[in-house]
Amino acid sequence: MSKQIVTMTINGKKVEKAVEPRTLLIHFLREEMVLTGAHIGCETSHCGACTVDVDGKSIKSCTHLAVQCDGSEVLTVEGLADKGVLHAVQEAFYQEHGLQCGFCTPGMLVRAYRFLQDTPDPTEEQIRMGMAGNLCRCTGYQNIVKAVQSAAKKLKAQTKESVAA
Amino acid sequence: MIPPSFGYSAPRTLPEALQLMVQHGDAAKILAGGHSLLPMMKLRFAEPGHLIDINRIPELKGIREENGLIKIGAMTTENELIDSVLLQQKVPLLPEAARLIADPQVRNRGTIGGDIAHGDPGNDHPAISIALDATFILTGPRGQRNVAAANFFLGTYMTDMQSDEILTSIHVKPFSTNKTGSAYCKLKRKTGDFATAGAAVVLEISAGVVSLARIALTNVAPTALNAKAAAAALVGKPLTDASIKAAVDAAMAICDPAEDLRGDIEYKTAMAGEMTKRAIRLAASRCK
Ligand SMILES: Cc1cc2nc3c(=O)[nH]c(=O)nc-3n(C[C@H](O)[C@H](O)[C@H](O)COP(=O)(O)OP(=O)(O)OC[C@H]3O[C@@H](n4cnc5c(N)ncnc54)[C@H](O)[C@@H]3O)c2cc1C
Ligand code: FES
Ligand code: FES
Repeated sequence: MSKQIVTMTINGKKVEKAVEPRTLLIHFLREEMVLTGAHIGCETSHCGACTVDVDGKSIKSCTHLAVQCDGSEVLTVEGLADKGVLHAVQEAFYQEHGLQCGFCTPGMLVRAYRFLQDTPDPTEEQIRMGMAGNLCRCTGYQNIVKAVQSAAKKLKAQTKESVAA
Repeated sequence: MIPPSFGYSAPRTLPEALQLMVQHGDAAKILAGGHSLLPMMKLRFAEPGHLIDINRIPELKGIREENGLIKIGAMTTENELIDSVLLQQKVPLLPEAARLIADPQVRNRGTIGGDIAHGDPGNDHPAISIALDATFILTGPRGQRNVAAANFFLGTYMTDMQSDEILTSIHVKPFSTNKTGSAYCKLKRKTGDFATAGAAVVLEISAGVVSLARIALTNVAPTALNAKAAAAALVGKPLTDASIKAAVDAAMAICDPAEDLRGDIEYKTAMAGEMTKRAIRLAASRCK
């Protein structure tokens, strides 16, 4: 089938590309854009390793077409750090041992980022429910929950600082 | 895995979408949330020649109250159902059930219309719609028609919808808050699992007597089941252990589940009974 032109903003940068309609967003990001942070775990919408943010919502990019993102804002794990300074969720994941092999981590981080935007002061139950679309084979989740709790505190402290400044 | 090649259009209006359906005929398929369709296309269970993406049609989205009805656009996502204050107040069964569907990311994409139109007996909205006595609005080249949820589901992946029709909205009567109670009980093995068995119950209790009951079951037959005899066993009397047992027996009697990794026929039937019992008790506790 003939390719279609799509324009989207990925991690703040505008891109325009011709894509086949059947190209999944995850393949577009990894192969066309060489943004290999988001992983392919299951390719069946179960594991969440491919989670990215599209127009302010977490989605599984293995079950979304690149053509559907025409005009969209896309955020991947590569867009979390700011000029080499880790984002609070990234810092919290390494401090709290929220990862072991790291395969699930890009999806976990992007999901945790969006979850905390939507729920800045979460209970443990809300964290477990909010992160339920991301599977981890290594950590047993305990430290992931701790990392999200710690990231929530860091983000709140940052907001206070920026309000004070 | 990537799906086979297909063409793609993203119309901005409903008439444009209907026109594309006519133009592409049998090759066309509607793309809603894509969380049933794209997995099926990856597996080559579905090989549409042209996808008509209806995500950019504003009139298919949103929840509003109009002329005594709650009208839900077919493209409303599960997370939008959960967050709707109107539904929490007037049709709380919908947000309760949506919370039990899939996971946060899938709920950002999956739509109520897609869940219904797909005709999968494992999906939760078919039984929920039957219990709510919902009406489906179907729009096609010959105009609009209304179909009651109880008459819509004909078999696995088979519904009363024609291939050139679009499910545009779902209409539900708001609960009369002082006497209606509802519940959805779903047994699943983990987050994101389809039901081993599920039961949706809507009850009205007036002066201690059950005045209305609707019961529908998920994933224990080739379609969602309207458990009419089970509901009838409750109506016209106070709710007692004996009437609940009669309803549970009647619900189990119509189950015809397929054996799979979730369990064998006997187990799934028993679980449908257990979910029915729990949902009746929970719905009754919510009748004020
Ligand atoms: C990991 C995972 C877990 C899941 N768990 C559950 C669960 O527990 N319970 C549950 O109910 N579902 C579950 N689902 C399915 C999910 O809810 C789907 O989103 C839903 O079944 C289909 O809705 P959709 O909007 O994604 O439709 P699509 O996948 O886009 O479409 C499905 C079918 O319906 C047709 N269609 C869609 N919308 C319309 C319309 N408006 N008019 C006419 N035809 C239309 C399409 O052409 C297609 O044939 C799960 C899915 C995944 C990936
Ligand atoms: S790769 Fe997308 S959910 Fe597993
Ligand atoms: S850290 Fe290995 S899968 Fe999560």
